[in-house]
Amino acid sequence: MSDKKSLTLPNAAPIAPPLAPGVPSTAGADFLTTRLDQLVQWAHANSLWPMPFGTACCAIEFMSTVSSHYDLARFGAEVVRFSPRQSDLLLVAGTVTDKMAPVLRKIYDQMPEPKWVISMGVCACTGGFYRAYHVVQGIDEIVPVDVYVAGCPPTPENLIHGVMLLQEKIKSGELARHREAKTLVPIRVGEDPAAFLPAYSTSVMAPGRPGGHELPEMKGTAEQDAPGRGGWTGGRSGGRSGGRE
Amino acid sequence: MSTTTPSPTLAFAPLLERKFGEKAAPEARPAADVPTIAVDASALHDVALFLRDDPSARFDLFLDLAAVDRLKLAGPASYRAGERFAANYLLYSTERNEHLRVRTTAPAADPKLPTLTDVWWGANWFEREAWDLMGITFEGHPNLKRLLTHNGFVGHALRKDYEAGQRWLCTEEDVLQTDLAAQTETPEDVFETLTLNFGPSHPSTHGTLRVVMRCDGETIVAAESECGYLHRCFEKMSETHTYQQVIPYTDRLNYCSPMINGSGYARAVESMLGVEIPERARAVRTVLAEFSRLMDHMVCLGANLVDIGALTNFWYAFQAREEIYSLLEACCGARLTSSYARIGGLSNDVPENFVEWCRRLVKLCHNQIREVDGLITKNRIAQKRFRDTGVVTKEQALAWGFTGPCLRASGVAYDVRKDAPYDWYDRVDFDVPIATEGDNFARYLVRMEEMRQSLRIVEQVVAKLPNGPVNSDDYRVVLPPKEMVYNEMEGLIYHFKVVFEGIPVPAGEIYSYTEGANGELGYHIVSDGTGRPYRVKVRPPCFPLFASFEKIIRGGMVSDAVATLGTLNIIAGELDR
Ligand code: SF4
Repeated sequence: MSDKKSLTLPNAAPIAPPLAPGVPSTAGADFLTTRLDQLVQWAHANSLWPMPFGTACCAIEFMSTVSSHYDLARFGAEVVRFSPRQSDLLLVAGTVTDKMAPVLRKIYDQMPEPKWVISMGVCACTGGFYRAYHVVQGIDEIVPVDVYVAGCPPTPENLIHGVMLLQEKIKSGELARHREAKTLVPIRVGEDPAAFLPAYSTSVMAPGRPGGHELPEMKGTAEQDAPGRGGWTGGRSGGRSGGRE
Repeated sequence: MSTTTPSPTLAFAPLLERKFGEKAAPEARPAADVPTIAVDASALHDVALFLRDDPSARFDLFLDLAAVDRLKLAGPASYRAGERFAANYLLYSTERNEHLRVRTTAPAADPKLPTLTDVWWGANWFEREAWDLMGITFEGHPNLKRLLTHNGFVGHALRKDYEAGQRWLCTEEDVLQTDLAAQTETPEDVFETLTLNFGPSHPSTHGTLRVVMRCDGETIVAAESECGYLHRCFEKMSETHTYQQVIPYTDRLNYCSPMINGSGYARAVESMLGVEIPERARAVRTVLAEFSRLMDHMVCLGANLVDIGALTNFWYAFQAREEIYSLLEACCGARLTSSYARIGGLSNDVPENFVEWCRRLVKLCHNQIREVDGLITKNRIAQKRFRDTGVVTKEQALAWGFTGPCLRASGVAYDVRKDAPYDWYDRVDFDVPIATEGDNFARYLVRMEEMRQSLRIVEQVVAKLPNGPVNSDDYRVVLPPKEMVYNEMEGLIYHFKVVFEGIPVPAGEIYSYTEGANGELGYHIVSDGTGRPYRVKVRPPCFPLFASFEKIIRGGMVSDAVATLGTLNIIAGELDR
């Protein structure tokens, strides 16, 4: 960031430098003005840290995308972090099964704000051609999604296109957190054929169970909305998973 | 399924009859299928012991358990009262290079069979799977609980009266349940040890594997591996699609080497139909299968080495893959999930410059292998990480049901390509590398050498690549050419029938096997004479490998477990199906 001349920021316009007495001027490009949120968005967009939630074949194509031939580093997104706490882009690559669903939700919850989600491949988007008894019919049953990348598997070019779309979205300030996970597919609970839950939606953990927790309220912008706000971290895990994390 | 002959080479048949009489009788099977004996459930355990220990039998490798629900099976194979479920045990004798199917039945109400876990430990997970998906109880099984589906699941998904799309809610609680306490040999140590959850979302479990360990310091004192996080219901999906439509699903079993799965499946159906495929198709399948094997080993080694901290190899390994992807893309239009094989041949011919392209690739791959070899094989850190860790002895490998590179690294030279050659493998000259140590380094070396042998096979096949069609001209099976469809009544009818009704595979049953990248990849297919398979059971090579993972790592360090998991090369798509 030392070379301020090369920065091109939205709304940024160099103005005549009202420098303090004694400070030498470098011809009008020492600083610029912009809005803080735009600066932050610009920074976010160009340094995404993906957490690859790779479960299946799509993960192999994700590996291709990050390796030397396609090199996702060109888009500032090469710092692959397998710890959700260090990442801001959840890249779901592969089929998510019902057994995996609570895991995915937990990973999403563990990521600090601001965070984005790319759903890579038709399996993650809609369940793909697995219309089956153990497959989540689209991860938007569980987590909100920003960009859907089609393909089975998507080619690396296609995934890169998805990342670029997300970058544009981030720069424009739009956030998926304004959307809820959809609740389309009913799912049965227990032996009673009449007992249906509206998919995973807001409660992968059934409400009222120990360890259950609600989704955070999805309002406001990233800056106002500090991670962990609201009651959604309290009481998680209870004693059951103690020592496992 | 033309000729039905009594099973030919059952050397132990007279002795079997003397010992068990009516209760264990050889069945007449088509020549393409494996020899079969039908066993009464009450004698199953004794027959199993006999088959394992008798010098004339010596079936030391438990390959697969394919359970079939015959509820809706029409025709002669339909079940008699009290025999709704059939359990097919697939065995192999390394000594005599012979497969055997042992078939037994269980009634509709409360189906029960004796466990064979004490005969072949490798039966352990297969029985759990059969309980989970088919609802057959195995009496005496040490740990009979759900394996592939989650704990919130109700019912048994592969039964014919279970609806394919019926899902059940899985909560966090259902996932967290593991009962390690039962496993720990020294329960009084519980307060001294730490329970460590490893996976399913962990970089070195490659997405979907999970192991719960109990550690004393860094030493693992007990462990339990768990799978099913990628259970995509392949087998149920196959039952709801026509024979051709299953091919894309097979690609996604072992997605590191999709061509092998597709050809293996096509080969199984072809031998049920009695269709011969043209030589050119055979040769191309061989070439692409070997390239796929190489790709698979490349991912395995690349990812494994990343896990233990050697990142550079990953780029070399993936460069080779990229180039092979380009070849696949030119052949069929897809990089990874190729769906190139068809029942009766291939979807289309290879590009004109196929031969030169292959030759170029062979050179390039040799180069990449050399790079990895130079970086790793004599590398001191790699040696320290790999040598004497994750040791599997020959006896263990056999008892646990290993096949493929992992079995060969433990000193058993079983390779389907040599022992039951298919496609062009009997016309090329190649070696089957084996090692005797059975540790991680042995598995690494075996894979490295297998890649070189694969390139050798490719070179020989492309040198002799015949011209001609790549599809059979049997239009009951293969779509007729477009000119024929548009200009001839007959062609139109064939086209219509194949598309709408699917391929009419005669009623029957087959176990057909090929050498997958990780070991013997078998398809156990039951047909009821319609255009859709009645039951497809895959024998996934990874399944026994991961089942025994908990045993291999016990007593070792946590970091060695990571290295071991990598060299076993577990591919979740194939493991969980
Ligand atoms: S979208 Fe296709 S390639 Fe991706 S995980 Fe699903 S089946 Fe595999």
